[in-house]
Amino acid sequence: MPGSLKKVIVPLSETNIPRPDVSIEMRTMEVALPEETTTSPEQTRPVEASVVRKYLLSRGNSAIADKSFKALMAICAASIFGIVVLIASELVISSQLSWHKFGLEFFYKLNVDPDTHLPTFWDPVAGTFYALPFLYGTLVSSLVALVIAVPLAVGSAIFLTEMCPKLLRGPLAFVTELLAAIPSVVYGLWAVFVLVPLLREHINPVLMSIFNSEIAVKTLGWTGLVGETGLFGGVNYGLGMLAAGVILAVMILPIISSLTREVMSAVPHSQREAALALGATRWEMIRMGVLRNARIGIVGSIILGLGRALGETMAVAMVIGNRPEISKSLLSLGHSMSAVIANEFSEASDNLYLSALIEIGLALFVVTIIVNALARFLVWMVTRGVPARVN
Amino acid sequence: MIKKLVVVMGLAVGLVLASANAGAQKLTGAGATFPYPIYSKWFSEYSAAHPGVEINYQSIGSGGGIRQITTGLVDFGASDGPMTDEQLAASKLKLIHIPTVLGAVVPIFNVTGVSDLRFSPDVLGDIFLGKITSWNDPRIEKDNPGVKLPNETINVIHRSDGSGTTYIFSDYLTKVNKDWANGPGKGTALNWPKGLGGKGNEGVAGLVRQLPGSIGYVELIYAMQNKISFGAVKNVAGNWVKGSIEGVTEAAASVKQIPADYRVSITNAPGAQAYPISSFTWLLVPIKAPDTAKGKVLKDFLNWMITSGQSEVSNLYYAPLPKVVADKVLKSIYSLQ
Repeated sequence: MPGSLKKVIVPLSETNIPRPDVSIEMRTMEVALPEETTTSPEQTRPVEASVVRKYLLSRGNSAIADKSFKALMAICAASIFGIVVLIASELVISSQLSWHKFGLEFFYKLNVDPDTHLPTFWDPVAGTFYALPFLYGTLVSSLVALVIAVPLAVGSAIFLTEMCPKLLRGPLAFVTELLAAIPSVVYGLWAVFVLVPLLREHINPVLMSIFNSEIAVKTLGWTGLVGETGLFGGVNYGLGMLAAGVILAVMILPIISSLTREVMSAVPHSQREAALALGATRWEMIRMGVLRNARIGIVGSIILGLGRALGETMAVAMVIGNRPEISKSLLSLGHSMSAVIANEFSEASDNLYLSALIEIGLALFVVTIIVNALARFLVWMVTRGVPARVN
Repeated sequence: MIKKLVVVMGLAVGLVLASANAGAQKLTGAGATFPYPIYSKWFSEYSAAHPGVEINYQSIGSGGGIRQITTGLVDFGASDGPMTDEQLAASKLKLIHIPTVLGAVVPIFNVTGVSDLRFSPDVLGDIFLGKITSWNDPRIEKDNPGVKLPNETINVIHRSDGSGTTYIFSDYLTKVNKDWANGPGKGTALNWPKGLGGKGNEGVAGLVRQLPGSIGYVELIYAMQNKISFGAVKNVAGNWVKGSIEGVTEAAASVKQIPADYRVSITNAPGAQAYPISSFTWLLVPIKAPDTAKGKVLKDFLNWMITSGQSEVSNLYYAPLPKVVADKVLKSIYSLQ
């Protein structure tokens, strides 16, 4: 303990002012620092009152300040609830028109045009609005992003905390955080000019040749994931679900990675040393000593990343292709909930149209809540009954 | 310390309020993004010539502009598409459309080895409907004798955001192509039968540039400013016309009957050199302003815009109103209260 703290504590125990709350405070401090407080009375040097003590003695009664401080903090906390309630109620009220017209089907109906027998989900001219392709696009692109980003993020975090030479650690961590600071429009521009051509000309053809090859169709055709109607079938535009997923992965990578790193470096060294002492290899040490202890924090960081992926607007709108369709292929064009709102809100002059867009906002709100609740449930399921092994 | 801060802040707020009162007139408007460059130029020039007048315009989109003026949140609105009868009926204030400038939409394309193309109206419609799927389709070849068209799949690129550009383009296709009229129809956002969406003119142009075999549509101004080559379209008179400022103004001049409320579509106009995919853009102004002082300023501004403002329009690649229309608009402005 630094000396300055000692100075505060010593006079407290010596000046015997009848203030019960202070003495209780003092006692808890004594428990926390047993050696120092027991040794100090023996040193009989006169100690002048510290700056903190002087201030506390001079300021008068603190009861009012304490109570108003508590009230102020309560208001701050309540304001969060207030904001959530206001958003939810506004979304519900403003989407009444479309709610009455389409009902619950708005969220799940696979609407088919009676004349052309083609699916029509979103026709502002005719006033037909169903949200299914947008829900699908948001969820699938976020899922693709997680599949790509989580292994990368956790891997880079393991390297940075466990194996990285000290010299590299600082710069690497800085660069990861730099990625998080780039605005999403910039990511979108980069995606349009660099990522999409790269996917179209180099990566997608490779994926297509693997997934649509004869041998893949023969052996794995029954899964429905390969071939012309599979995950990488159809026309290769470069844009589409995969492009959106990749750019989202790049965007959530720094969030997951830096939080995971924090959590892993918070695992006490005793855990690592114990594992190594028992004869574990480095990988076993990381798996048993570090990852196991940090798993709740890692899941938490993944949830935060997922939250960003679900709500991300601009970058997705720029590369997803903006076509309200549902297709199994990751190369196909899609649309997302936030993208359709950003794209069409400003020009939506028709009341029903506007109301449908707001209902999509409501759907996004609800989806985010459900996903978060599911993730929390998952954490609870995993950690239930397992004692924390830290220390 | 805190008391001092409060006093200082109070003084600052007081000062701001006082200066707001001292400034003579502050008008706010909101709406279309397409004419925003010329509007902001007009407003700043008008303010410079008339000290004390400040006009603040937010380019939030036509839909937002219509909503804000109909609820009386702003002093004037702006829109690329005319308001519907229901929208006018729902408005708190009685509104009039004042045409300000003209714009046009041009088809752009990226076909391997082809630098110039012509489109007849029904072919253009069928390409965007997805009925014509290859560039060497006999119907395209018929329009373009002597051009060597490759066997390339057509990728349709459209606007993903709601926009006046889409409105003008779809309004034209609705007039010239029956299947289009019965299918997607006209609006600021459509249920596109085919293609992928790019955000804004730059998004569409960027995608067209990237994807071989693609066709899209952008504002004439955007294509001219960025030196993008675009195709010619056959007009009603049977001439192949490329989008140009003169062609657009002629389209407006050749419309025989301009109704008193100016809510008229000038796509597919009859003039010999008229460019067929043209449109007015409008300011939405209350006939009787709730605040007479503001109404007076607005009326004076509109007058200035039609008389002196029109001369600088073409510098920014907008087409000015033809004289016939300008004279008529001036009369309507005089009748504002």
